[in-house]
Amino acid sequence: MTTALNATTDRVAPDRRPPALGGFSPAVLGIELRRVLRNRRTLAFTLIMPAVFFLIFGLPQRGQQLPNGRAVTAYIMVSLAVYAAMVATTSIGAAVATERALGWSRQLRLTPLRPTAYVAAKVVTAMVLGLIAVCVEFVVGAATGVRLSADVWLLTGLGAWLGSLVFAAFGLFVGYLFPAENVMQFIGPILAVLAMFGGLFVPLEVLPEVLRDVARFTPVYGVGELARAPLTGDGVSLAALANLVVWTALFALGATRLFRRDTARV
Amino acid sequence: MTSTQPAVELSGLTKTFGAVTAVDGLSLRVEPGEVVAFLGPNGAGKTTTIDMLLGLARPDAGSVRILGGEPADAIARGRVAAVLQTGGLLKDLTVGETVRLTANFYRHSRPAEEVLERAGITGIADRVVGRCSGGQQQRLRFALALLPDPDLMVLDEPTTGMDVEGRREFWQALRRDARSGRTVIFATHYLDEADAYADRIVLVRQGRIVADGTTAEIKNLAAGRLVRATLPGADQAALAALPGVDAVEVRGDSVLVRTADSDLVARHLLTRTAARDVEITSRNLEDAFLALTTDHAGA
Repeated sequence: MTTALNATTDRVAPDRRPPALGGFSPAVLGIELRRVLRNRRTLAFTLIMPAVFFLIFGLPQRGQQLPNGRAVTAYIMVSLAVYAAMVATTSIGAAVATERALGWSRQLRLTPLRPTAYVAAKVVTAMVLGLIAVCVEFVVGAATGVRLSADVWLLTGLGAWLGSLVFAAFGLFVGYLFPAENVMQFIGPILAVLAMFGGLFVPLEVLPEVLRDVARFTPVYGVGELARAPLTGDGVSLAALANLVVWTALFALGATRLFRRDTARV
Repeated sequence: MTSTQPAVELSGLTKTFGAVTAVDGLSLRVEPGEVVAFLGPNGAGKTTTIDMLLGLARPDAGSVRILGGEPADAIARGRVAAVLQTGGLLKDLTVGETVRLTANFYRHSRPAEEVLERAGITGIADRVVGRCSGGQQQRLRFALALLPDPDLMVLDEPTTGMDVEGRREFWQALRRDARSGRTVIFATHYLDEADAYADRIVLVRQGRIVADGTTAEIKNLAAGRLVRATLPGADQAALAALPGVDAVEVRGDSVLVRTADSDLVARHLLTRTAARDVEITSRNLEDAFLALTTDHAGA
């Protein structure tokens, strides 16, 4: 360790240790969150649109019941909560594309912030927005007459929320793949198609059999099944669980690889 | 030993991009507290050198030491900060938020209000970055670089794209900040900036250092011309007394005069002496300098 240089002794030597946790801190998270909650486009697609979907497509089903006697509106509400959370987490993960395109990630390389701390902040922010998205959908549901027992509220909510971690990884993967400012413009439609195959917009039972078979291998299927299991009482099938595990692993691995490639580049 | 630790030590730095050698065996030692201008035209290898200096690019050969250590370590400890041309900013944050966010990446940083003030952007702290002019964004980058109170500040063409007023304000801000102890290295292709703000100028061309000295020395080299004439029995003292003359040398029947004012010397030789075969030549450095200052001044 070198001691203070002669010429610098006239000022108080600042603490020169690298930051704790690579620069990850609640203050950084706070600013990240404020940014997200100020972005009208993000709010429109993650909070407002899924709630409006529920009012348009969910409410007309009032009075209908699932085989176990629970309301169809609850089924639609949980499905749309999964959708809201996945759009939320994907959009935060994919924001790295925008920040790379703008050159912000290069600016960050001039600071002590570690790339892993940067990604950690993105994942936490994504999960917070995902939680808000699930809560908004549930509040809209509850306000318009969905009644469930406390444990079903909690378990479906947790399923929808935690399942969306897959999409935080998916967003990061895409974000490191395409450094484009408007990456969400082409991911948005992809998410809608995936949600469709995951049975979030209509029950898979109404799809033709071929599509239904394909759907079981798409990345939203597992999350949807998991989130709705406490409601339908069907239990989580092994196929759904395998789907969830495999897609999470694939996206996380892809994101990690691309992230490594990005940070190794000097 | 530690007190003589150089702020920057580059040795044999080389970087090629395909067939182009951007930096060609460049070695440079900068002592703590020096304000050094890296002067050269676009494409001279200034930015590539700075990228390697900061650890943003890996040299093909040679080594970089900053404050006795690796660039990445100096960055992690907030001992070096930089204002680059390529560093982007988040358009949706305000100026103040950008500073506060960045401040949180350091273990220790100057207060946000202080760096905004020093960079002269307190008045636009609440403005969204996307609505700031290029000059204002550049001063924001400067404010960010001030946060860790670095021992070494590196600026790559910090006034590019600014109008005359913007440039003046930027340098005033930098000058206000100038204080004992901080080493500053800035790249520029403006001779006047190097002249006004640096103690030492390092002239680079085609990835090599072509001259290195105090601003006075460099200006002298750059401004000087060589007047040669055939003049048997030249009066050396009379020539040396002419304004602008640096040196007079007699070689047999020839006389060589190094001067800043070649016209005056030529006029003197042709009207007051029997000199013939008068030749005026630029020195090599001036060729380099002209290339720097005329071809690229407006770029």
